[in-house]
Order: sequence, then C-alpha cells, then structure tokens
Amino acid sequence: MDKLSAWVTFPDLLIWLPLVAGLVSFTLQKEKQVKLWSLAISVIIMVVSVTSLFYTNNHALNAAPWKWITSLGAGYTIGLDGLGRILTLLTAVAFPLIFGSTYRNTYKDSNVFYGLMLLTQAGLMGVFCTLDVLAFYFFWELALIPVYFLCSRWGGEKRIAATFKFFIYTFTGSLLMLVGIIYLYLQTAPVYDNAGTLISQHSFSISSMYALHLTGHQQNWLFWLFFIAFAIKMPVFPFHTWQPDTYEQAPAAATMVLSGVMVKMGIFAVLRWLIPVFPLATIQFEYVVIGLSVFGMLYASLIAMRQDDLKRLVAYASIAHIGLMCAAIFSITQVGMKGVMIQMFSHGINIIGMWIVVDHIEKQTGVRKISQLGGIARRAPVLTLLLVVIALANIALPLTNAFTGEFMMFSGLFKFNIWVTAAAGLSIIFAAVYTLKMIQQVFYGETNVLTDGFSEIGWREKTVLSLIVAFIFVMGVFPQPVFDLTRDTVTTILTRFK
Amino acid sequence: MNAILLTAIWGVVLMLAGAFIRNKRTPVYLAIAGLTGILVANCIELKTGEAFFIMDVKDMLHTNSFNLTFLTVVLGCTLIFFLLSGRDFEKVGVNVSEYFALVFFVLCGISIAATFNTLLMLFIGIEIISIPLFILTGSDKRNLKSNEAALKYFLMGVFSTGIMLMGIAFIYGGNDSGSFYINHINAGAGKMLPMIAIGMVLLMVSMSFKVSAAPFHFWTPDVYDGAPAVFTSFMATIVKVGAFFAFIRLFENSFGKVQDQWQKLIVILTASTLLIGNLTAVFQQSVKRMLAYSSIAQAGFMLFALFAMNEKAKEGLILYSAAYSLATIGLFAILVKMKDYTVEGFNGLAKQQPLLALTATIFLLSLTGIPLTAGFLAKFYMLMAALQNGHHKWLVILAVLCAAISAFYYFRIIQAMYFREAANKENDSWPISASFKAMLVVTAAIIILLGIFPDILLDWIYYYI
Repeated sequence: MDKLSAWVTFPDLLIWLPLVAGLVSFTLQKEKQVKLWSLAISVIIMVVSVTSLFYTNNHALNAAPWKWITSLGAGYTIGLDGLGRILTLLTAVAFPLIFGSTYRNTYKDSNVFYGLMLLTQAGLMGVFCTLDVLAFYFFWELALIPVYFLCSRWGGEKRIAATFKFFIYTFTGSLLMLVGIIYLYLQTAPVYDNAGTLISQHSFSISSMYALHLTGHQQNWLFWLFFIAFAIKMPVFPFHTWQPDTYEQAPAAATMVLSGVMVKMGIFAVLRWLIPVFPLATIQFEYVVIGLSVFGMLYASLIAMRQDDLKRLVAYASIAHIGLMCAAIFSITQVGMKGVMIQMFSHGINIIGMWIVVDHIEKQTGVRKISQLGGIARRAPVLTLLLVVIALANIALPLTNAFTGEFMMFSGLFKFNIWVTAAAGLSIIFAAVYTLKMIQQVFYGETNVLTDGFSEIGWREKTVLSLIVAFIFVMGVFPQPVFDLTRDTVTTILTRFK
Repeated sequence: MNAILLTAIWGVVLMLAGAFIRNKRTPVYLAIAGLTGILVANCIELKTGEAFFIMDVKDMLHTNSFNLTFLTVVLGCTLIFFLLSGRDFEKVGVNVSEYFALVFFVLCGISIAATFNTLLMLFIGIEIISIPLFILTGSDKRNLKSNEAALKYFLMGVFSTGIMLMGIAFIYGGNDSGSFYINHINAGAGKMLPMIAIGMVLLMVSMSFKVSAAPFHFWTPDVYDGAPAVFTSFMATIVKVGAFFAFIRLFENSFGKVQDQWQKLIVILTASTLLIGNLTAVFQQSVKRMLAYSSIAQAGFMLFALFAMNEKAKEGLILYSAAYSLATIGLFAILVKMKDYTVEGFNGLAKQQPLLALTATIFLLSLTGIPLTAGFLAKFYMLMAALQNGHHKWLVILAVLCAAISAFYYFRIIQAMYFREAANKENDSWPISASFKAMLVVTAAIIILLGIFPDILLDWIYYYI
C-alpha cells in the first residue's frame, strides 16, 4: 500500500503539513501558543513519517505525476524510496528535538520564527520526496529562503553579512545547477500519453533523466555544474568558507537545522541526481572529488584543533565528517554507500546533540571561548555525561552509531585506494584530539568566575539529550533496520555503474 | 486592432476632459474605467479573433494571438499601474488628465509597434511612443533634474530615431522588391547584401537605444532618475517591454532567416548589457537609480529572446514582460510613498509597514529570480530558449552569474527593510490607504500565481495563429 487514499499520499502529508502549519503559525499571536503549536505539529509529522516507513515500498520512484506545467512536461511527482525515507525520517525526527530543546529560548516575533522553521521543514521534505527535477529545484530554493530570513533576523552580531555570504554561495551554485537542469531537460525524449498523442517535447521526470544517454564530453561539464551546487551545500573543500561563519552567527535552532538536516540535502542530491545521471563523469572525476574531500577533511580537522570558539569547532568538525561521506560516495562501493546511508542519519542526530550543549553553555555563561570555560562537570554532571557520549560518537568509538557508519565508509574507501584511506584515517586521530581537548578544557578542571554559577540543564534538554544518547547506542549495536531500508537505493545506484 | 483605436480615442477624450474637469480625482477614475474597457475589448479580440472595427489596413498592421497576448499583458500591467499609482499623478502637477492622455497615446504607440507589418508602421509606432514620453519626463516643470532629463531624453530619442530612419532608407533602397513590408525584405540567402546589412545594423543600434541595451544605455539612468517617479515606473516597464517586442518582431520577421549573421552582434549586446547593468547597479545608493540600472540588467535577460528566437523565446518574452513589469511597477509604487529614496530610507520598513515590506520582498525576490515567483520562470524560459538555440553556451553561464550578482542589490533592500532599524523613530508609520494595500497584495498574488502556473498566460499565445 503506497497511498493513504486515492488523493493523499504519505509524501504529500510530509510536505503539506509543515507548509500549512507554518503559514498558520504566522497568524498566531501568543508566544506560548506558537511554541506548543509548532512542537505538536512537528511531533505529528514525525508520527506520519514513522508510519510511512511501514506503508511505502521501495518502488515508489515510478509514481504517477500530477500535472503541473503541462506544456513543459513538469509534474508534481513525489515518492519515497529508501533514500527518501531515511532522510524524511531524519527531518521529521530532527524538528521535535530542536523545538523541544530550544523551548526555553525566547524570540522577538516568535510566530514568524516558528513559521519560517516549519516552512524550512516543508522545503526539506519537498527536496527529499520529489521525483521531478524542476520541482526539486523549486524545493531546493524554498528551503533556502526561510533559512535566510531566520539567520539574518535572529542571529548574532555579524549575522547579516554572514548569512548573505551563505545565500550568495548557495544561490550561485543553484543557478549553475539550473543551467545543467535545462540542458538535461532539452536532451530528454518526448512524452506521449496512452493514446499516443504528444504531451510535451521534453520531460523533467527522474525516469527520463535516468534514461538519458549522454556522451562522456557532455557528462564532464554537466557534472561540474551540478557538483558545485551540491558541494557548496554539503560543504566540500574549497566551497566551505560560508559554513563556519553561518553556523557561528545563526540562532541555535537554525544552526541545528542547517548542520543536522540541510547539509544532507547536498549528499542526498549527489546520490539521487548526480551519480546516477552522470556515471561516466563520476568515474572520470572520482579521484578529483575524493582528493578534495579528503584534503578538506584533514584541513578542517587541523583548523578544528586550533579553534578556541566552541561553535566554530563543531562547524569544522562537521566539514570533516561531511568530507568523509562525500569521499565514500565517490568510492562507488556497496559497503561505502551503505555507510553513507547510516552516517547521514547518525550525523544529523548527533550534531543536533552537540549544538544543544553548546547553546546551553553559551546561554549560561555568555561566552563560547574554550579557554575561558572550565569545570562545568562539577556544576552540571548530567549534561557532562550526556555530552561525553555524544562526543565519543563524534569520534566514532565502537558501540556508538557513528562507528558503524564510519567503519563502513572507510572500508569503501579502502577498496578504492589504500593511501587515500590512510590519509583520511588521520582525521579520526585529529577528531579525538580536538574533541577530547575540548571536553577536558570546558568540562573538567577548576571552575572560574564564568562557570561558577553554571546550572544544570532543564528537563526538556535532559529528555532530548537522553533520547539522542539512547539512539546513539541502539544504532551502534543494531544498525540493521537502516540497511534494510536503504538496500534497494544502494543497489539501484550501483547498477548504474555496471 | 481594438487597442490601437480605442487607446487613441480615449486619449483624445481625456485630453478634452481636461478642459472641462477642474477636479483632480475624476481623470483618474476616467482613465481606469477607459483602460478596463480597452483591456476587455482586447481580450475579446484575442478570444474571437475579430476586432470591433473591420478596416482594410492593407496588411500594414497584422494581429495574431501572440501579439494580442502581449497587448493583453501590456494593458493589464498598465491597469495595475493606474490602480497602484494613478493617485500619485496628482502630485506631479496640475494637468492630471493630460498626463493620462499622454499615457494612452503611448499605449496606442505600443499597440502599433506590436502589430506593425511594415517599416513605416514601426517608425510611426516608435515615434508615438517616444514623443509623449519626452513631455512626461519633463512634466515636473519646476524641477531642474526633470527638465534636464527631458532634454537629454529628447536629444537621444531624436538621434536614435534619425538612425532608425536611415536604416529604413538603406533597406528600402537595397531591396529589389521596392516595398516597406518586413516580410518582403530579401535579406539574401547565406550572404547579406551590403545595403541591407548596413540598414540592419542601423536598425539594431536605434532599437538598442530604445530598449537601453549597453553600450547604448547611457541616457537611461539620468532620464529615469530625473523623471517623476510615477512616470519612471511606466517608462522602465511597459514602454521598455513594448520597445522590446517591436525589436524582436522586426528582427524575427525581416532578418530571421539570416540570424546566424547577426547573432554575434546580439551576443555582444547581451553580454555587455548584463555585465554593465548588474555591476553598476551594485554601487547605487539611491533606490530609484538602482532600479534604473536594474532595468538595464533585466533588459540583458530579455535580449535572450532575440538571441534565441524560437518558440520558448516567445513564451519567455511574454512571461518576462509580465513578471518584470508587475514587480517593478509594484516597487515604484512603494518607492513613491517613501520619504527618502536611498536604501537607508527603507530601514525598518518591516516594523512600520509590514504589508508594504512583505509585498516589496515578493517583488524583489521575483526580480532576483527565486522560484515560486514569475521572475524565476521568466528567467528560466529565457535560459531554456538560449540553450535550445545551441550556440554560445557560455552566454548562459554569464547570465546566471549576473543573476547571482543581482541578488546583491535586490537583497540590500530586503536587508534594510527587515534587519536594520529605522534611523528616526518619531514618524513610525504613515497613512497608507487600504485600497493601495489591497492592490499590492493582488499584484504580489499575480506574480506568485504566474510563478507556479505560467500556462494560464502562455496558452493564449497558441490560441489561434
């Protein structure tokens, strides 16, 4: 069973629920109402998403289109395959966690803030569900616009410039991708209806994109138009410079969305649109991309080691993690791909945990400088315990969810090239260095003026962090469900390379 | 054909009405009522294919569903312009009904320029567009800048008209058919005759003047800046797309077969217009001047229709005309209400006038080309047309990079409205009429509607041929 009824499918609900709820939340007046409303809606969406896991099948990629711009052959075509389900689930799970943990944060014009957050969720869901490349472009941009307003309106001091840098980077990338999309579109075959009459000269549907036979030369330049757009979003070296600034300046909730879910848009897009459509170019440039990714990993890790700012440290650590995922994808191995699938989900949840802790520290002490903090463990033992688990997951210790993913990704990379793997492996050591150093300096040692009055996290944060920690262990021991969910997608992608 | 006659008649009516009506408000209502009637008459002609008055024009004017759709867009945008800014005509001077009469004459000129079938009609159409505009530009009589702009516009305008006439003369002389009909011009197969080629280049130069394509754009910023803002709004949008339509109609019908010989010239025009328009707009402090450069930048995108010259380009031109005109008219309508025309003048607008800020944001997003707005699809169709043409793919990449640059100056206003505080808190809000707000919302809604379902407009192009 793929549909709830003849009219509404699960992906429909996932897109339209947050969209409508976001618009409703603009009209609400009281802050309390808005918060309750957003939290309730996000929980409902999570329930819908979890339910959809049981009721959608892996062959949803051939869903019947709902006509949109008939003359162009663009349709509102949505469906959920394994990749789509794992990422819609991540989106659906992330938002209640974010809303729950930042429940005590107050915002000026909170109705607008929460409205924009829900609109972002709608855009993200759309990106992960759509099977039409024009609609994909629409959602891709729609996820960006609310985030632009969120970060510029509620962020730190330098928020306007930092967010605009982020916007210009992604917008430029998107426009280059748009040229690629149009070029691909013009190569597709005409579409006929059942009676054999011509509907449109070309089509935007994913099936017609996958059916293209492009020459190596065409693939080579189209590949870069798409890859730059996705590399900016992920971000992969050298397109990453917007990321630390934006994470630093954005409000905590928006940073969580950006780093937890939005960067996965880039990885998702590579898996869904880049590799399957341009297999020849992927093989051609895999050394370049893996080289960039691995170099970026080491580069970001080294910078993270020298960081004194908590937010920037997490930001650079995130670049390193994403770099590994990108490298593993381009190793084009089954084990590597599987690792990416599980790691996308794990990284999204873990990093939200990290941000919750950082946000709490900043709210309590007013600083983010590692050198100025210390001894928090004495004042907040529960927070410290939970953080240490999350941090260990960040270094991919066995028994944690990240271990499974990183191990598999390194195995994939190993099959590709031993030396590259060895270089990438250094980043694990670096990760241990900067993570443990951070824990040592921030949480242990003597308390000082700033941290003397540090208070324990509230029950909401405790609940959210405990859930994340529980998830870390469960997925670390029993990752099989994710593999089952995404097996078909991995197979589909790999058959493009046979 | 309806539009040509009715706009001329209504222009005369308004001009005479000026002698009898002392009230400043009545001409506004008369103009809106008249234009609504003309729009309906034009839609009837589009739907049935027959004009109210059957005249033998010896095929010197030719209507089809494409140019009637275009006229519908032009008349519709002008109606919205009247509804949004009609009341601001009163602020310019005392001769309100004359201003409206002149606008109607311009519309008559656009109708001729959109349907011409001979070079003479093109010339007459362009002249009927230009002359009332010289007057409108200088209508703020006591303002030195307005006078300067009018003189500059007049000199540049007659200069380019002279070049156009010379071009027409060369083509007539070099043509063995001895007629002015554009489809009779024998441009030669493969190689162009020298006389025709000279005439064509002269026509291209003069039309580039009219649509302010670089390097023939220098008059634009000064004229747009000097003219009263309400008339700048009209000149930068409806007049410009009207001239564009004539440009493309001329080149498609008379020189379409030898496109490969002049395409390179258009490439140079497009690339320089895009670069100059966008790069200069970034450095403007006055929003009015910024919009003048933005109109040059957007002209660069519209030139793609001339570069590509295929079905998608036609659709793109219609959509671009609507998207660009609506958004710019809306922005100017808001700008006229502002006390300060600089970017800083917009600081904190979101707090004082949330609705104005919201609609202005939608207009700006549309001009930038963000999905869900008509501006995105307009750019999309143009890029698609250019890629379908297949030559000079780098031009498309250049265009999208310029679109990214355009985000710099459009988003500056969004940043000012939403993220910066107003300098003086005293006059927190000023009265804006409810009908004005309602019209802004309608305009924004049309932009979004066209941005999701362009077919509601584009299907009319193919209604009958």
